[in-house]
Amino acid sequence: MDTTSPQPAKYLVSKNVDEFFAGISDVAKFILQFFKEAFRPPFEYQEVIKQCYNVGYKSLSLITLTAFITGIVFTKHSRPALADFGATSWLPSLIGIAIMKALAPLITGLICAGKVGSQMGAELGSMRVTEQIDAMEVSAVNPFKFLVVTRVLASTFMVPLLVMYSGFIGLFGSFLNVHANEQTSLVTFIHGAFVKISFSEIVSSLVRALIFGFTIGIIGCYKGYTTTQGTEGVGRAANASVVIIMFLLFIEEIIIVQFLNWINPGA
Amino acid sequence: MRKHISHSDSHEVVISISKLYKSFEENHVLRGIDLELCKGENLVVLGRSGTGKSVLIKIIVGLLKPDSGTVKVFDKEVDKLNKKELMELRLKVGFLFQHSALYDSMTIRENLEFPLVRNKRHISGKEIDDSVKEVLEAVGLSDTINQLPSELSGGQQKRIGLARTLIMKPEIIFYDEPTAGLDPLTSSEINDLINEVQEKYKTSSIIITHDLTCAKDTGDRIFMMENGKFIRQGDFEEVFDTSDERIRGFFDYNFIQ
Repeated sequence: MDTTSPQPAKYLVSKNVDEFFAGISDVAKFILQFFKEAFRPPFEYQEVIKQCYNVGYKSLSLITLTAFITGIVFTKHSRPALADFGATSWLPSLIGIAIMKALAPLITGLICAGKVGSQMGAELGSMRVTEQIDAMEVSAVNPFKFLVVTRVLASTFMVPLLVMYSGFIGLFGSFLNVHANEQTSLVTFIHGAFVKISFSEIVSSLVRALIFGFTIGIIGCYKGYTTTQGTEGVGRAANASVVIIMFLLFIEEIIIVQFLNWINPGA
Repeated sequence: MRKHISHSDSHEVVISISKLYKSFEENHVLRGIDLELCKGENLVVLGRSGTGKSVLIKIIVGLLKPDSGTVKVFDKEVDKLNKKELMELRLKVGFLFQHSALYDSMTIRENLEFPLVRNKRHISGKEIDDSVKEVLEAVGLSDTINQLPSELSGGQQKRIGLARTLIMKPEIIFYDEPTAGLDPLTSSEINDLINEVQEKYKTSSIIITHDLTCAKDTGDRIFMMENGKFIRQGDFEEVFDTSDERIRGFFDYNFIQ
C-alpha cells in the first residue's frame, strides 16, 4: 500500500498570486528583449512597412466611422447644457478640448486594442501552435525580430497618427452639427476649437498615443507569442490581449493625466 | 514501392546523444537516451504517439532544453552554445515539421525565399530565383510557386516544407512524422523523396515516425522507442525479429491497419 501522501505544492504566497507576479516578470523580460532586438541589425524595414499598413490603413474605416459619430453625438449632447447659459458659442472650444485632449487618444486606443491587439494575439498564437515560429527558429531566423519587433514598432508609430486622424474626423463631425444648428463657418469653428489648446497639449496627446500604441503592440504580441494549448489557447490569447490592453490603457490614462497635471497644473 | 538502398558507409558521427533525460512537470518523457547518427545515414526513431520522439529531435535542434545528458551536433554541445553559435549550427540542419509549418500568409515562393534572404543577405535576385527553382524541381512542384500553402494538399505541403529545408543545403535533416495524415500512395511518394534527397544532397537524417512502411523504406537503422527509452535497435529485420510483445504488438497492429 502506498503510504506516502501527496506533497502540497510550495508557493511563496498562493498559486494565483505567484502566477500573477511570474506573468509580470515574463512581460518585463519580453519588453527588455524588444528593446535589445529593436536596435540591433539586421532591420526588417519591409516587414515594418507591411505591419504599418495592417495597423494603420486597415483600421482607417473603423476609426473614421467611430470618430465621426463621436463628434456628432458629443456635440448634440453638449449643446443643451451650454444653451441653458446662452453659451452655445463655446461649443467649438469644449468639443476641441474634449476630442483632442481626451476622447481621440482613448477611443482610438480602445478601437486599436480590439482590432489590432486581438489580431496580433490571434495571428502570433496561431503561428505558435502550428509550429511556424519554431520553423523560423530552426531555419536560423530570429522570429522575435521578424514577428514581434516589427509589429510593436508599427503600432507605436501608427497609433499616434490614427489619434490625430480621429481627432480631426471627430472635429469634422462636430462641425457639421454645429454648422447645421448655429451656421458657424469652418474657419470660426476651427479657430474656436483650437483657441484653448496649446501646442504642448497636442504633443502630450501624441505622447500618450505613443504609449498606447506600444502597449497595444507589446501585449498583443506577448499573448500571441507565448500561446500554449492549441487552438483553444489561440482564442484565449486573442481575448486576453484585448482585456489586458484595455485595462492597461485606462490605468495609463489616469497616470499620464495625473502626471501632466503635476508638471503643468494650469493645463 | 522503391526499396531503400543504404548509403551509409561512413563512421563519422554527426550527432551524438548520451544519457538524455527530459520531463514536463511529472511527465517523464525521455528516460536516458543514447544515440549516434553517422554521416550519410538515415536513422529512424519508431514508436507510438506520445513516447517522446518529437521531443527528442526538438532537443537536438535546441528548441527544447534537456534536463540532463549531452547532445552533440558536429561535436558541439547544443545546450552550451550561445545564441549566435546556435544560429550558425542551425544553418547546417533542416527540419520538416509534422504539419509542414509553412508560413500561411506567404506564397510558396516567399516561403522558400524566407530563410535564404535572411541568412545570405548579399545573395542576388538571380541566385534566389535559381535556388527556388532548383528545390521546387527537386520536390516535383515547380508549378505551385505562386500559390498559397492553403491551396495545396497535405502531401504537397510536406514536399514544399522539404523544399524550404533543402534551400539552405543542410547537412542533417530531421523529419517529424513525414507521412502522418497522408494516404498510402502519397506516403510512398514522400518515402521515395526522402531517399532521393539523401542520395542527391548527401544528407544525414533522423526520421521520426510511427509508420512501419516509412521506417522500412527509408531507414538504414531503426531505433524502437517505448516510454522514453530505446528498447531495440538495428535494421528493420533485426528490430522485428523478436518475441518482445511490445514490438510484436506494434508490428502486428501496423500491418493489420
